[in-house]
Amino acid sequence: MSSALAAVPVVVKPKNAGGCTDAPVLKERGQREVFCGLTGIIWLHRKIQDAFFLVVGSRTCAHLIQSAAGVMIFAEPRFGTAIIDERDLAGMSDANDELDRVVAQLLARRPDIKLLFLVGSCPSEVIKLDLSRAAQRLAGVHSPKVRVLNYSGSGIETTFTQGEDACLASLVPTLPTTTEKSLMVVGSMADVVEDQFRRLFTAIGIDDVQFLPPRRAHLLPKVGPNTKYLLAQPFLADTARALEARGATRLEAPFPLGVEGTTAWFAAAAREWNVPAATLEAAISPARTRATQALARLKPQLEGKRIFFFPDSQLEIPLARFLHRELGMELLEVGTPFLHRQHLASELALLPEGTQLSEGQHVENQLDRCRAAAPDLVVCGLGLANPLEAEGMTTKWAIELVFTPIQGYDQAADLAGLFARPLHRRTLLAA
Amino acid sequence: MQLTVWTYEGPPHVGAMRIATAMTDVHYVLHAPQGDTYADLLFTMIERRSKRPPVTYTTFQARDLGGDTAQLFQDAVRESFERFAPKAMLVGASCTAELIQDDPGGLASALELPIPVVTLELPSYQKKENWGAAETFYQLVRAICGPLAPKPGTRREDREPNRPARCNLLGPTALGFRHRDDVREISGLLEKLGVIVNVVAPLNASVDDLKRIPDADFNVVLYPEIANPTASWLLRTFAQPMVKTVPIGTGATCEFIREVAALAGIDPTAALNDGTSRAPWYAKSVDSTYLTGKRVFVFGDGTHALAAARIASKELGFQVVGLGTYSREMARDIREAAKGYGCEALICDDYLEVEAKIAELQPELVLGTQMERHIAKRLGLPCAVISAPVHVQDYPARYSPQMGFEGANVIFDTWVHPLMMGLEEHLLGMFRDDFEFHAEASPSHLGGPAMDRRNEASTADVASDNDVALLEAPVAVEAAAWDGIPVWSPEGEKELGKIPFFVRGKARRNTETYAREHGVRVITVEALYDAKAHYSR
Repeated sequence: MSSALAAVPVVVKPKNAGGCTDAPVLKERGQREVFCGLTGIIWLHRKIQDAFFLVVGSRTCAHLIQSAAGVMIFAEPRFGTAIIDERDLAGMSDANDELDRVVAQLLARRPDIKLLFLVGSCPSEVIKLDLSRAAQRLAGVHSPKVRVLNYSGSGIETTFTQGEDACLASLVPTLPTTTEKSLMVVGSMADVVEDQFRRLFTAIGIDDVQFLPPRRAHLLPKVGPNTKYLLAQPFLADTARALEARGATRLEAPFPLGVEGTTAWFAAAAREWNVPAATLEAAISPARTRATQALARLKPQLEGKRIFFFPDSQLEIPLARFLHRELGMELLEVGTPFLHRQHLASELALLPEGTQLSEGQHVENQLDRCRAAAPDLVVCGLGLANPLEAEGMTTKWAIELVFTPIQGYDQAADLAGLFARPLHRRTLLAA
Repeated sequence: MQLTVWTYEGPPHVGAMRIATAMTDVHYVLHAPQGDTYADLLFTMIERRSKRPPVTYTTFQARDLGGDTAQLFQDAVRESFERFAPKAMLVGASCTAELIQDDPGGLASALELPIPVVTLELPSYQKKENWGAAETFYQLVRAICGPLAPKPGTRREDREPNRPARCNLLGPTALGFRHRDDVREISGLLEKLGVIVNVVAPLNASVDDLKRIPDADFNVVLYPEIANPTASWLLRTFAQPMVKTVPIGTGATCEFIREVAALAGIDPTAALNDGTSRAPWYAKSVDSTYLTGKRVFVFGDGTHALAAARIASKELGFQVVGLGTYSREMARDIREAAKGYGCEALICDDYLEVEAKIAELQPELVLGTQMERHIAKRLGLPCAVISAPVHVQDYPARYSPQMGFEGANVIFDTWVHPLMMGLEEHLLGMFRDDFEFHAEASPSHLGGPAMDRRNEASTADVASDNDVALLEAPVAVEAAAWDGIPVWSPEGEKELGKIPFFVRGKARRNTETYAREHGVRVITVEALYDAKAHYSR
């Protein structure tokens, strides 16, 4: 087993310290083969278990969520769409009155709902339906039983995971205030991962850890000038800004993917709480050791394999860092819908110099580059995966990365496994 | 505004995509914001197509709205023409682009491309997917064949007596419910009759194929929801008659054969006596007696719902207790049919209302879409899927048509199977408390004694509810000579419960094996994860 005295690696390098910190980024515009922010509802509604997400949009919005959910459960879900029709557009009915009616209908049907999000869409934004005023008005009618908030998940404003950012940012002004020093973990993760993290923080000696989003609408974390927060997800720019407006301070760290990222992430909190290195080491060492061992078994399958990322979840850069540094994969292109340099500073510093980064998308050009590069593994969205497989490439669909528990030590090997499995399968089928 | 949780149909531009994707050399440029590309996955994931749909999305963003979205659209049209070299193009707007009124048609025609460019006006806030598919197919055929139309009033030349009759099969699309197999089945049937299939469209058709549509003597409308406007226009413009019977079910297939034979001037007798038709005999066989009077609820698109009700009532001896459709276009036909079965028609696209109706009627079999399958599952009713909206299950690897005699065979199996299963479930339910059949018993067909583990399980339950016992458990284990069987700590057991149910059993087995092999007596949370790491690959 590992030595308890092993030094805790501090991987946060100073700025301009190499890696890809100042690397040029290929910025492209054109067709984007990505989901819009409405898609986040699929995991957010599972996370906040008494919230309802009401999209104010078109039939397309309803169809998108239904299709992106992939496995359509067809239970009565905690999301739905108020479909705008021509009567609303032609002014034959007042869209606000209609919305009030639909919300009343919904809440009468679902008395279990404690928090209602009105979610803006492309059509609602283009017709300038003011959902923040609608939320205030409806809160007046339905509070205190139901709180009503709003955010935009529209494709003209948000890409895929940015929907979660917009949702969490809308929660921040409603968080209770505190002046006590506390740690907030920001970004939705599977409950099982949260529980692991909470145990590790306790072992490290940080007891007051809160999570955003909460599992229940009334379990909101407190925030104030002594709140330190760690981002668990790399796509939370607006949420971070909103937290800082409430006085919270971000702890700079890479994201908790893989052993290295997870260790540095916990170390960032430990430093802030002046936890002795030995305490931190003692707390994380068992989990880190078994994660390292589990990864070692997967490494031979991935080492030296060349990987190409299409932009999708904004998790691409931390994933690339993990796959390169811990599993020895070679990075051909790392595409991301949006590159937040500040939040990703520690990540960029860890990428190998010369990595091709790209932001935005022109899908046809990128497909040309991908074919020319002939990668061993392509990470892409659901629309591209089967066509690329049919061309002979091996793919990993990116959406699984936001539905699967992948953060932390005990999920590190699962995460690597997501990438190893398609390669393994291809060799099985080729035999 | 309408509150919707699940939808039966997508927006009309998805219907247009089904036409473009069905064809071999048509490209569709859709003025649409980021996110509308989700529709690609319907084709690549649900239908498992090996190519992306031939659709280019302009992907405008908020910052473009103040600027030049029109330029963005023109660039997309020009670029996709150069890259994909289609023989015809469709241009149009999705719901959001419809609101910004950029005039895709005018912008595209300003480019003066050397191919037909068809402008689609698909009102997203009013119409739905099937309407969009029908309108797109009609506009496309009109654009391609319109220039070939004879002068109004020109009499169609009679077919030369020795030339076999030719017909077109109209309506099959991409993302259709069994369209691929229906085309094969009906093509075979027509061949047997001695009728030549001139063009199948839009599925696998090229623009040049569309130009040959007027050469046929008549049209077969396989899917009225999609091909009716086109066939009506062909009737008016080229005087091509159309076959209206949809050959789903044995009775309808025979009617279809007679209708085709009459138009083609052939004797249908041989085709009517098809050796592969087994469904009528199976329905007559004594084994099917228990099907008599089964109460069925039917819901789907208009065509499939009508056909299913007819088969249920006339060919299987069921009682139709409810009949409905989400296709408002076919509301009248459904109402009329429902009257004939003595039940009330349900014309509705509100999933929750359909669910309430099924719950109220308590049928013995639900014939519906994938959505009714889920309703039926929740209500514990047998169900078979008869119609779109489609699911990956609706694209079986095997040949599985709905139309023709083989289609009737497939339908017999598909509908009767869940009832047999229902019977089996029922028997199991009756014997549930027998020692061999309870949930914890090991399956008898795997051999070995039918051990009753219920007592064990209940002991464990008591233990896990009893904190004191649990706290003491490790000590007790410690003190006694260890028998090599590890014990779960309450925290470990609780953590195990967080693992998704479909892998939980495996996790439990692996952890216990690991614990046994490593001499771990009490499975703690740590041990659980140690085992997980040990087995992870």
